[in-house]
Amino acid sequence: MRRTVVLALPLLWMAVFFLAPFVIVLSIAFAEAAEGLPPYAPLLRWVGDGLPVLQLNLGNFQLLLEDPYYLDAYRRSLTVAGISAMLCLLLGYPMALAIARAPERWRSPLLLAVMLPFWTSFLLRITAWIGILQDAGWLNGALLALGLITEPLHILYTDAAMYLGITYGYLPFMVLPLYANLVKHDTALLEAAADLGAKPWRAFLQVTLPLSIPGMIAGFLLVFIPAVGEFVIPELLGGPGAQLIGRVLWTEFFQNRDWPLASALASALLLALVLPIALFQWRAARAR
Amino acid sequence: MRQIGKLALPLGLGFAFLYLPLLLMALFSLNDSRMVTSFSGFSLRWYAALWRNEALMEALFLSLRIAAISATMATILGILAGFALARLGRFRGRTAFAALMAAPLVMPEVIIGLSLLLLFVALESAFGFPARGAGTVAVAHATFSAAYVAVVVQSRLAELDESLEEAAMDLGARPWGVFRQVTLPLAAPAVGAGWLLAFTLSLDDLVVASFVSGPGATTLPMVVFSAVRLGLTPELYALATLLVLAVALALVLAWRLLRRWPG
Repeated sequence: MRRTVVLALPLLWMAVFFLAPFVIVLSIAFAEAAEGLPPYAPLLRWVGDGLPVLQLNLGNFQLLLEDPYYLDAYRRSLTVAGISAMLCLLLGYPMALAIARAPERWRSPLLLAVMLPFWTSFLLRITAWIGILQDAGWLNGALLALGLITEPLHILYTDAAMYLGITYGYLPFMVLPLYANLVKHDTALLEAAADLGAKPWRAFLQVTLPLSIPGMIAGFLLVFIPAVGEFVIPELLGGPGAQLIGRVLWTEFFQNRDWPLASALASALLLALVLPIALFQWRAARAR
Repeated sequence: MRQIGKLALPLGLGFAFLYLPLLLMALFSLNDSRMVTSFSGFSLRWYAALWRNEALMEALFLSLRIAAISATMATILGILAGFALARLGRFRGRTAFAALMAAPLVMPEVIIGLSLLLLFVALESAFGFPARGAGTVAVAHATFSAAYVAVVVQSRLAELDESLEEAAMDLGARPWGVFRQVTLPLAAPAVGAGWLLAFTLSLDDLVVASFVSGPGATTLPMVVFSAVRLGLTPELYALATLLVLAVALALVLAWRLLRRWPG
C-alpha cells in the first residue's frame, strides 16, 4: 500500500512525459511529411467506409541510410564526442586525483569549485569562449602583444574551438565520477607498493590506474552521451561544416519543418546511444 | 601518505581553464567601451543597460518563474523516487524503476525536446490542451530535473541509517508521520540542494525550451542565444557575471548549511 502511494506519482509522470513521447517519436518517424499543423500525415487513414489502413513510410529511415550527409553527421558526432571525452579524461584525471589526495578538509571546497561552473549558465560560459577565441579576441590580443604571432589565428568557427568548448563544458562530468572512485582507494595499497620498491609513477600505473577503470568508464559515458547530441557548442563555436547530429536534427525540425525526418534522426540517435549503455550495464552487472 | 605533491600543477591549470573565461567576462562587463575585447576604463553602464533592456528583463522574470515552478515539481517527484529507491527495499521492478528515473540524466537534450513537443502537439490536437508556453516548458524541465533531485535525495537517505525512523515507528508513529517528522527533516539539505540544482538546470536550458515553448513565452536562454548569434555585447557579459555571482552565493550558502546539518 505504502509502496503504491510512493511509486504511483513518479511512475505515472515518467510514463506520460518520458516513455509515451518516445513512442510518439518512433511512430512519427514512420509518417510522411505534409502541409499543415502538425506537419505530418496521420499513420492511420480511413479509406472509404472500411477499416482504418495503417500506412508506414520507411522513406525517412531509408534516407538516413542512403544520404551520406546523415551518415556523416552520425559518424562525426560519435568521433567528436569520443575525442572530447578523451580530452576531458586527460585533463580531468589529474584534477580528480589531486582532489582525492588533498587533505580531507580541502576536498569538498575543491569539488565545489569544480561543480560551480556547471551550475552557472552553460550558454553564457560558451559565449565567453567566443570573446576569447575570435580573431580580435583576448587570446589573439595576448599572443600578439607577447610577439608570439604576427597575425591573428583563426580559431573560432573551427573544429579546435568546438573541441575546446565541449571539453570546457563537460569537464565537471568527468571529474566527479573519477573523484568518487579515486577517493575510495585504500592508501595501504600504495604504501605496500612503495615498501616493495615501486617508484610512485609505477605504483600509479600498476595500482591506482587499474583500480580507477570503472570511474574512467563512468566519466567517459557521462561526457560522451550528452556530447553526441550536443547542439549549442557546434552551433556557436564550430564552423559551418561542423554538422553534428544534434545540429542536423535542429535544422530539419526548425528550418525545414520536416518533423518525420527529425523523428527518424532522433530514433536512430537513441539507438546509437542505448547500445553502448546497455553494453556497459551488462559488463558491470557481470563484473558484480 | 595522501598528498597532492606534483598534482597541484595540473589541478591549478584545470581551475585556470574553468575560471579564466568567467573572470575575463566579469572584467569586461565593467568595461567603459562598447568593444568587447579592449579595455578602456571602469564603468557600470552595461549593468544599467541590462536593467533597461526590457526584452531581456521580461525573459529573465519568465525564466525565474518557470524555474521555480519546475524545480518544485521536480523536487516532489525526486523526493518520492529517491525515497522509493533508498527505503523501499528490493521491490519488484526496482531496477526498471531506477533506470527509468535515471534515464533523463543521459538523454541528449534534442531528443527530450523533440519527443516532448510531439507529445504536447498530439495532446493538443486530441484534447485541445495544453497550449504551448510557459506551462509546457515547466513540465518538460521538471521531467528531466526530477532525475537529478532523485539522485541527490537517494544518496543522502542511503547515508543515514534507518534507526531513527525505526525508533519513531516503535514509538507508534504512522508511516506518513515518520516520513514527515523524521525522514524529511533529515533529508532536508538534500532536498534543498536538489531544488536548487533543478532551478539552475531550468534557468539554463535552451534546447528543450526552444522545442516545447510557444509564441509569447521566450525564456532567457532563448533571448541570449539569438543575441549571441547577432554578436557579443558587454551587456551579455554583465548578465553572465550577475548569474555566476548569484549561483556562487547560493552554492556557498547551501554548502555551509549542509555541513552544519545534523545527521
